[in-house]
Amino acid sequence: MRFRLTFWKLTFLLLMAAGLYATVVRFTQGLGAATNLSDRFPWGLWIGFDVLCGVMLAAGGFTLTATVHIFNIERMKPIVRPTVLTAFLGYLLVCVALMYDLGRPYRIWHPVIMRNPHSVMFEVAYCVMLYTTVLALEFLPVVLERFHLHRPLRWMRSVTIPLVIAGVILSTLHQSSLGSLYLIMPNSLYPLWYSPLLPVFFFLSAIAVGLAMTIFESSMSSKYFGQQLELPILRELGRVLFVVLAIFAMLRFEDLLHRGALPLTMKPGYEMGLFWVEVLLAILLPLCLLAFKKVRNTPSGLYVAAVMVVLGFVTNRLNVSITGLEQTAGMHYVPKWTEIAVTGAIIAAGFALFGLAVKYLPIFQHAPATEEPRMLPVKVPELVHAGD
Amino acid sequence: MSKGLLYDATLCIGCKQCEQACAEHNKLPYDDAVAAEEQQSAHKYTVVLTKADKFMRRLCMNCSDPACASVCPVAALQKTAAGPVIYKEDRCMGCRYCMVACPFGVPKYEWNKVLPRVQKCTMCSDKVLAGKPTSCAEICPTGATKFGERSELLAEAQQRLRDNPGNYVNHIYGQEEVGGTSVLLISSVPFIEFGYRSNLSTDPLPLFTYRVLSRIPDFVPMGGILLGGVWWITHRREEVARAEGRLPKIEPAAKEKKKP
Repeated sequence: MRFRLTFWKLTFLLLMAAGLYATVVRFTQGLGAATNLSDRFPWGLWIGFDVLCGVMLAAGGFTLTATVHIFNIERMKPIVRPTVLTAFLGYLLVCVALMYDLGRPYRIWHPVIMRNPHSVMFEVAYCVMLYTTVLALEFLPVVLERFHLHRPLRWMRSVTIPLVIAGVILSTLHQSSLGSLYLIMPNSLYPLWYSPLLPVFFFLSAIAVGLAMTIFESSMSSKYFGQQLELPILRELGRVLFVVLAIFAMLRFEDLLHRGALPLTMKPGYEMGLFWVEVLLAILLPLCLLAFKKVRNTPSGLYVAAVMVVLGFVTNRLNVSITGLEQTAGMHYVPKWTEIAVTGAIIAAGFALFGLAVKYLPIFQHAPATEEPRMLPVKVPELVHAGD
Repeated sequence: MSKGLLYDATLCIGCKQCEQACAEHNKLPYDDAVAAEEQQSAHKYTVVLTKADKFMRRLCMNCSDPACASVCPVAALQKTAAGPVIYKEDRCMGCRYCMVACPFGVPKYEWNKVLPRVQKCTMCSDKVLAGKPTSCAEICPTGATKFGERSELLAEAQQRLRDNPGNYVNHIYGQEEVGGTSVLLISSVPFIEFGYRSNLSTDPLPLFTYRVLSRIPDFVPMGGILLGGVWWITHRREEVARAEGRLPKIEPAAKEKKKP
């Protein structure tokens, strides 16, 4: 087999090598050697990004399956599979990241038998466990189809609706509960981020990011996998995204006002700066962009808005989990390079697995576009002939 | 009944015998270097802080309704009826939520071990359950740390504040903080000067999450019925539309039989 080293393959290999080194450090020398975590700052990048953002970025799965199967909006169907794939990979990688962060990862199954129903973490653990199973089952038909296993495929079809309903309930619960994790810190989390509405914010932002990620990933697929761009679908997603963002923006500022935290948005400092980065990227700029029909109806406009929403809410989650706790901790937390290396390797693995799945499984249900993709794709030459 | 500790900083002479007794009881190393460390850690559960000629102890407050025990997904941390908040290390998976949740920053972690544990003062739970006082209270030469029934200790603290109002700041730390703690502190110096937080809510912290969590059992069946209902309506509409000829009659199965 001919192996050609391309830029992306090289990047991937470098990220994997760095991640592998960090993995060795983490599991042979412990969390102290591999991270900048300490007694004053026990949760860092792996919880703030890999877990909180990972689950949020995978939220497209439940939003879209509900749209298509529950609300019966059939025209969205072509993008269900790639979205469910993203969600499934997302949750698998969240579980991998958790194995790094847990002090004793081999006890990750303990919540199954050692229950504490008063713990939000317990609820999140259960929901993530069950929902990852649901996603695996939702994705299973793709694999069955690939191997022409028609009988189990029919069985799976008959349980689609209960599965989707279970998926939506489980997602609603744990997406919001990731916010509830921080309800226990009314006196530690900076008032710009502590709010009794945290679960609502986390849920709404998950929906927004789920939509934005779907737009992002469709755009990427059309660029790199030679898929035809589902522009009418994306336009519609853009419209819904606008509404969700508008609701989020209103609640966010109303909440700040009612808690008397509005003056803090103008109090110069570290927190204020990051608050505005978050609000501009996640809410204000995308709302302005999406308000224009011209932007909403063009692939590049939608793409830019979607990327902003994703980056903005990633900032939001990092603000809740890191920025907002630094003042109480009396220190700034900056992740060690090994922490970043693990996160980088996990993201790279996500992209690679997505590429492989697209190559070997019937993810996109219709034929690829006939025209050559515009940007020079790394994998396209092989991918165009994929799946046969 | 629930036991507790009363620490009266005005009686403390800073001899640090409590630190040493604590280390011995918990089988932790203790020497001059450890004695000089001014913060709690995985190998130092209690510390006597010094500021000029004033002293202040720090130790696990053993809250009446502890945040650490409420957040622990595997119930590795538990509040005992006798008072101490105990740690069952064979349950702990190391998520460290307890450390983030504790309003006093008490639980510490063995960061440099491959198989780390959470470490904290457990109010000598083995001794307390056997009806004995904690090691720190037992050794204290001046009675600055006193062991007893929490309710009695609270009454005594109030009495001391009434008898000698000039000697104390008018605050019993731990009486109301986060819903009350088994450890009570009184002092002539404001607690904040020794790093005790003054902005803590008087509600037990677990209430903040329980308000949300307690709704889940209702949410699941309601969500299921709601989503099932929406599904039924949308698909019924489609069915009717097909029957009335407003939508083409397609057997969905026929389309799907085509192989990819």
